[in-house]
Amino acid sequence: MAPALQGKGQTIMEMVLFWVLAVVAVAAGVGVIAQRSATRSALCLLANFCCLAGLYVLLNAQFVALVQVIVYAGAIVVLFLFVVLLLGAEGAEEKPGARRAQWVAAALLGALLLAGIVWALAPGTGAPAGALTRSDNVREIGAALLSSYAIPFELTAVVLLIAIIGTLVLAKKRLEE
Amino acid sequence: MVPASYYLILGAVLFVLGAAGVLVRRNALVMLMSVELMLSAVSLTLVTYSRFLGQVDGQVFALLVMAVAAAEVAVGLAVVVALVRHKDTTDVDEMDSC
Repeated sequence: MAPALQGKGQTIMEMVLFWVLAVVAVAAGVGVIAQRSATRSALCLLANFCCLAGLYVLLNAQFVALVQVIVYAGAIVVLFLFVVLLLGAEGAEEKPGARRAQWVAAALLGALLLAGIVWALAPGTGAPAGALTRSDNVREIGAALLSSYAIPFELTAVVLLIAIIGTLVLAKKRLEE
Repeated sequence: MVPASYYLILGAVLFVLGAAGVLVRRNALVMLMSVELMLSAVSLTLVTYSRFLGQVDGQVFALLVMAVAAAEVAVGLAVVVALVRHKDTTDVDEMDSC
């Protein structure tokens, strides 16, 4: 947020943006699990990720927001859509009615889990707003990644390499059959 | 400024939605999507704490979570594709029974 915008107007705008993004994010999340068709679930997931990117901007994490759009919305959702269409998995499931008990159980467990998480987070919710209003967000992240988080950062490369090899092995076996 | 608790509760709600999706849906692809939902909800919580504690660490973790999520989705989808070629269904119950 630009310092010039500070004041009551900015607070109200932030609140409005937060509520719009939050409501759309939750609605899209419900869509992911409620849509009968896998393609629509993937598109709801896309909407959810875009809302989260907006929330990251509100949280002053512009770089994470960019990466969210590029990696999640760009790569992951496209991969999902690609596989859904490749497998023809479109709407290939769920006899309605048969799963009602499962929905009830999941709703109960979900409510319990939500209460648990909120209870666990409650001590942290009164945290005062830190003074992270610097605008060189990318520089800070870069410095942290290459100094205190250098080893996790390098290990990420190993994780990605293993993922590539694993995917290749799984796909290659399929071709040989 | 929006209080931290709003973001944290939103993250919790999204996480629970993802968990419910894994429990309820039987399409392997939609289950993977629900796992992604849970991962991104946790990222939101991390970034929220990063903002309100005034430290950049949470954002670094969020970026690492994204890298792991990308790897997970690539391998997970490859497993699903291999399973579907083998069992000819994306329904996990049917996969289990045949």
